[in-house]
Amino acid sequence: MAVSTGTPPAASRSNVPRGPEPGAAPVRGNRWHRAERRLSPYAYISPFFIVFGVFGLFPLLYTAYVSLTAWRADTDGSQHDFVGLDNYRTLLHDQFFWNALRNTLGIGLLSTVPQLLLALGLAHLLNYRLRGRTFIRMGVLLPNVTSVAAVTIIFVQLFGRDFGLINWFLGLFGVPHTDWQAGTWSSWIGISTIVTWRWTGYNALIYLAAMQAVPFELYEAAAIDGASRWRQFRSITIPVLRPTILFTVITSTIGALQMFGEPLLFSASQTPMAGGSQHQFQTMALYSYDQFWGKFKYGYGAAISWAMFLVIVVIVAVNFLLARRMKGVEAA
Amino acid sequence: MSDTGSRRRTWLAGGGAVLAAALLATGCGSDSTSKSGSGGDANAKITLTVNLFSDFGYKDLYAQYHKLHPNITIKENRADLGAHHQNLHAHLVAGSGTADIEAIEIGQVAGFQSQASKFVNFLDEGVDKNQWVPSKTAPASSRDGSSLFGLGTDMGGMALCYRADLFKKAGLPTDRAAVSSLVANWDSYFATGKQFLAKSPDKKVKWFDAGSNVFSAMTAQAPQAFYDADGKVIADSNPAVKQAFDAVAGAIKDGESAGIAAFTPAWDTGFRKSQFATVTCPAWMSYEFKANPPADGGKWDIATIPGGGGNWGGSYLTVPKQGKHTKAAVELAKWLTAPAQEAWLFKNKGFFPSDQALWSSPDIANLTDPMFSGAPTGKIFSESAKNLKPQPLGPHGADIGNIYGNALVSVEQGKAGTDKAWSNANAEIKNIGE
Repeated sequence: MAVSTGTPPAASRSNVPRGPEPGAAPVRGNRWHRAERRLSPYAYISPFFIVFGVFGLFPLLYTAYVSLTAWRADTDGSQHDFVGLDNYRTLLHDQFFWNALRNTLGIGLLSTVPQLLLALGLAHLLNYRLRGRTFIRMGVLLPNVTSVAAVTIIFVQLFGRDFGLINWFLGLFGVPHTDWQAGTWSSWIGISTIVTWRWTGYNALIYLAAMQAVPFELYEAAAIDGASRWRQFRSITIPVLRPTILFTVITSTIGALQMFGEPLLFSASQTPMAGGSQHQFQTMALYSYDQFWGKFKYGYGAAISWAMFLVIVVIVAVNFLLARRMKGVEAA
Repeated sequence: MSDTGSRRRTWLAGGGAVLAAALLATGCGSDSTSKSGSGGDANAKITLTVNLFSDFGYKDLYAQYHKLHPNITIKENRADLGAHHQNLHAHLVAGSGTADIEAIEIGQVAGFQSQASKFVNFLDEGVDKNQWVPSKTAPASSRDGSSLFGLGTDMGGMALCYRADLFKKAGLPTDRAAVSSLVANWDSYFATGKQFLAKSPDKKVKWFDAGSNVFSAMTAQAPQAFYDADGKVIADSNPAVKQAFDAVAGAIKDGESAGIAAFTPAWDTGFRKSQFATVTCPAWMSYEFKANPPADGGKWDIATIPGGGGNWGGSYLTVPKQGKHTKAAVELAKWLTAPAQEAWLFKNKGFFPSDQALWSSPDIANLTDPMFSGAPTGKIFSESAKNLKPQPLGPHGADIGNIYGNALVSVEQGKAGTDKAWSNANAEIKNIGE
């Protein structure tokens, strides 16, 4: 991927002396030098592992432990009440969990698919020679650097039932006012719009970077053969971009499965964790948070978090296998 | 790449790792290292932190306290109701992170009873329980009653706020006494709503703001609502709850509800744009009326609540033991909840005191409020407070109320019928206990 243009590391290694010369007395500095040389790579990478261990691995394992207990705030002494896999068994029959899973997948599809298609088209346009190109390219990233909260609060105003801009606009064409939060589909569309707004530009820039790596000669040759712009896009750009597209599919899938902030703030009610009056847009992350911090069922909330983790692993694995098969087909 | 260059970078990276580790270590350790001031020098300069979930109207009182105690600076933080209590739970479990004073709302306070030992016991700090009625102190006491961990601030004596100008247009009486007797109970309240909708010239004005708010007021008046005296959840089998639910759902079907989620920006807009003619209003809600006067110049007035009496909301101040300056925090909490300050808060900010002696004190009972067309708010809220029947509370009382409220929203949205909304809500309440 990104190979630096400087001297390759191997070359610099050959320039430095490799320990003491034969016959020379071993000096203290030299031994220190050797130890440093051996240990410095670990020092380089240690910050990541320390931070990951404290904020990633430990919570993950601790959550796994908590998920095996019946710990809940309203029961004294339940913290160390070990119940094995009981919480997971309950989860299998929990209608609210399955509802949350369905919502997550639905909103995920509704936000990821149009988002990536739009990003692809946008990248294609940005790849042309445009006036003020850098400005426009940076501009598409702006929605992404704005905070989820700020964006969602604005969209909630736009999607307002009585005085929202979108209902006003639709009203001009005689469409009656929609209570966007009330329905399943309308709320999914509302949330997906927010996600799409925030992430399309980001993915477009990734695609753009990949497009710029496509050799210009390919297009030139295709043009000489009489291929139209659309044909060039379909037969050259898309195949070359395939690994990049897979990367964005996997990252947006993970992002969609963990969706939390958008539905939380979109609900615009006193009980945002409920995800709507009938939980029509309560995602898995919202349900986990609701059980953990809303109802203070720590053990059960932790079990939902782990179930969510497993769902993500399974879906990403399926993604990955499909990707490998597609590559195999291509090679054959 | 020269050798010295590579060495310097190694050193930098190694130093970076150590620095990161050191920061982590100090970050985790700082809370335990500086636990001073709980006994020590009484005049040392300290900053007390106060975590609230809304505006308690304390700003001027802090300044006054700072004048009395120049060494004490007070810093207030606010989060919304849900997040505030979640944070408090999290910080109590974690053993660090609470403020010196933490507010707790009455619907949430029972959830902290099992953790009473993590708060300062005010009975050891010279506080007399009888400053409040038992219904105020009981929820903020440990189950055996040996510890009182919350000092009552305000309470939610209830009334019915109504738009006299809109009543007049619909041919209804506008006089407080006449309105109070017109809506003496909930049946007549909903019947009057029908009449209002039929005769009001502006069809966009509904009778009430949100079904959940009316439901809250109705259940607050029952001798038992969601819990029985033994702390068992009885919500789905309690006839008083079912009757209230059915009555509100029926009124929603009759078109009486504006169907606006309470305590949201859309609700604020509803006040300004006159989307409803009545609101069941506890004393603390007066901030909302002040902040959002009707854009059409209409005036709110205030009558007695249908059914009479009841409490909705109100709060406590607590001092978690993990705080750095518990002694000073106790003094401040006691001062903020003392009768003089409580009376000031009602006169200037509209928060009705939970301090029972004040209910009979002439300067509270004779108070009138120009915002409600000069209504005798002192008398109305005092009488409502005196009529209050104590109701058993439980750790998930607020959650259960919210679940029924949400179910009524689904009726307002036309997404569920009364029976389906009721059974959905009860399935969800069952899920809390599992």
